[in-house]
Amino acid sequence: MFDNVFTVEAWQEMLLCLKNEIPFAIWETLYITIVSTALALLTGLPLGVLLVAGEKEGVLPLPGWLMHALNFIINILRSVPFLILMIMVFPLSRLLIGTTVGTKATAVPLVVAAFPYIARLIEGNMREIDPNIIEAAQSMGASPIQIIWKVMIPEAKPGLINSATIAMTTILGYSAMSGIIGGGGLGQIAINYGYYRYRYLTMYLAVAILILLVQFFQSAGTHLCVKSDKRLK
Amino acid sequence: MIRIVGLSKTFESAEGEVEALSDVNIDIEEGTIVGIIGMSGAGKSTLVRCINMLERPSEGKVFVDGTDMGALDAAGLRKARRGIAMIFQQFNLLMQRDCLANVRFPLELAGLSGRKANEKAKELLDLVGLPDKARAYPAQLSGGQMQRVAIARALATEPNVLLCDEATSALDPSTTHQILSLIKDINKRLGITVVVITHQMSVVQEICDRVAILDGGRVAEQGLVAEVFAAPKSDAGRRLVFPGRPDARVSVSGNDRQLRIVFRDSQTTSKPLVATMAVEKGIVATVISASTQQISGDVYGSILLGLPASKFEEAMEYLESFGNLTVEEVTEIV
Repeated sequence: MFDNVFTVEAWQEMLLCLKNEIPFAIWETLYITIVSTALALLTGLPLGVLLVAGEKEGVLPLPGWLMHALNFIINILRSVPFLILMIMVFPLSRLLIGTTVGTKATAVPLVVAAFPYIARLIEGNMREIDPNIIEAAQSMGASPIQIIWKVMIPEAKPGLINSATIAMTTILGYSAMSGIIGGGGLGQIAINYGYYRYRYLTMYLAVAILILLVQFFQSAGTHLCVKSDKRLK
Repeated sequence: MIRIVGLSKTFESAEGEVEALSDVNIDIEEGTIVGIIGMSGAGKSTLVRCINMLERPSEGKVFVDGTDMGALDAAGLRKARRGIAMIFQQFNLLMQRDCLANVRFPLELAGLSGRKANEKAKELLDLVGLPDKARAYPAQLSGGQMQRVAIARALATEPNVLLCDEATSALDPSTTHQILSLIKDINKRLGITVVVITHQMSVVQEICDRVAILDGGRVAEQGLVAEVFAAPKSDAGRRLVFPGRPDARVSVSGNDRQLRIVFRDSQTTSKPLVATMAVEKGIVATVISASTQQISGDVYGSILLGLPASKFEEAMEYLESFGNLTVEEVTEIV
């Protein structure tokens, strides 16, 4: 199976791909990852905060049925394998983007898959906040909204940066998987060359670039997280 | 200033209802420093949290400056809380904000921001003796410094009441002393009514005018610190005032009886009672324990004596003739 990996033709093909296709694929991958992460954070962050603030003993208690419903929906979305979810949200993609293929259309399943995951990560960040600090803010006459904006989110900032980083690297990986439904980017190159045409060398190249991107995002995220944490000085 | 009337608080737990406070009545006058003391689990923290409604009382009412705290709606309560500042054992500063921003925090909550808020926060940091720590983060400060920042923060909204929940329990003795002096100073300068929750007798002795002793969710006794310390009436009071730990281990021979002398003022404290009793009456007493304490500038003392049973009544009579002291037989060490 792998006996044609390092042939001269394979090297030539890889270099050609590196020159003609990879730059645009990197752009597509970055674009879809950043857009999807941003949209997923936009929905996941408030949801994660509500999961803690909305509890019976939280700062902004919500009706019990609503909390049950939120938790149930998140669990359902988290249980569907991404490969299936991609296909399940086709109608939604068609509704929102007008098509089910292409880079833009894959943002829909990526966001749908990532926001419940992000909500759970952020729920964890919110639970780590010292409840005494929240009590102190209450004793000063802070409203629930003020506690969320001025205490919970700022105090959890390093954790939130960490969660956003984890989310971003996960979405990057998932975006590669969306190559299978014509999602574009590095994932599609890896699948087209490696899976459909057995050009493994080019597949390895695409995978190597994905690894580099994940490494870069993770290092940058960790650096920001540590730098922003004023408890460590 | 603060009136606590018939306050009870019951918690629901897995084992059923737990009564944390029961029929607590305390009046706190404006401008005074009042101590609420008790062992852990006596209900002190619950009591102080009922004053600003962080805990809702099950029964009874709390009036602060004439306002029935329990009857306020959410917005009214938030506004009232700005007049009732609170400091905590673990300081509870915002760890991701620098000191200036921490002090500014209550002002931001009240809708004041920008330069005005910053100036006010700077003034307060000066007041608590930390003018150079404005840009430092709490993690860079010592415990005493963090509590100073917390005090500055508490004063930002110009409150009438300062609630101190075990505010010095995490600090070493010398820092405790400094923080207590600061609180006393603030009380004198700004006329703020201070409620001090503590398990440390020394804290009450050092700064409080009045004290309420809490035992098992009830007020065992209350009054002027000097009076309560001189002659505690309740068992809980005696346990706190006469830390009788060594008493229990002293073995007194079977024929002996014990009595406790409590001096009411410093003149009596300086009289050589035990020696004169030996010389004049020929009654030889064993000193089981003795202590003196300084409260509000005066010295108070107590002595626990062991006496031969045959001479007990005579000794009692002799000692009582001195006046300004109380003599009582102690049958069991509390």
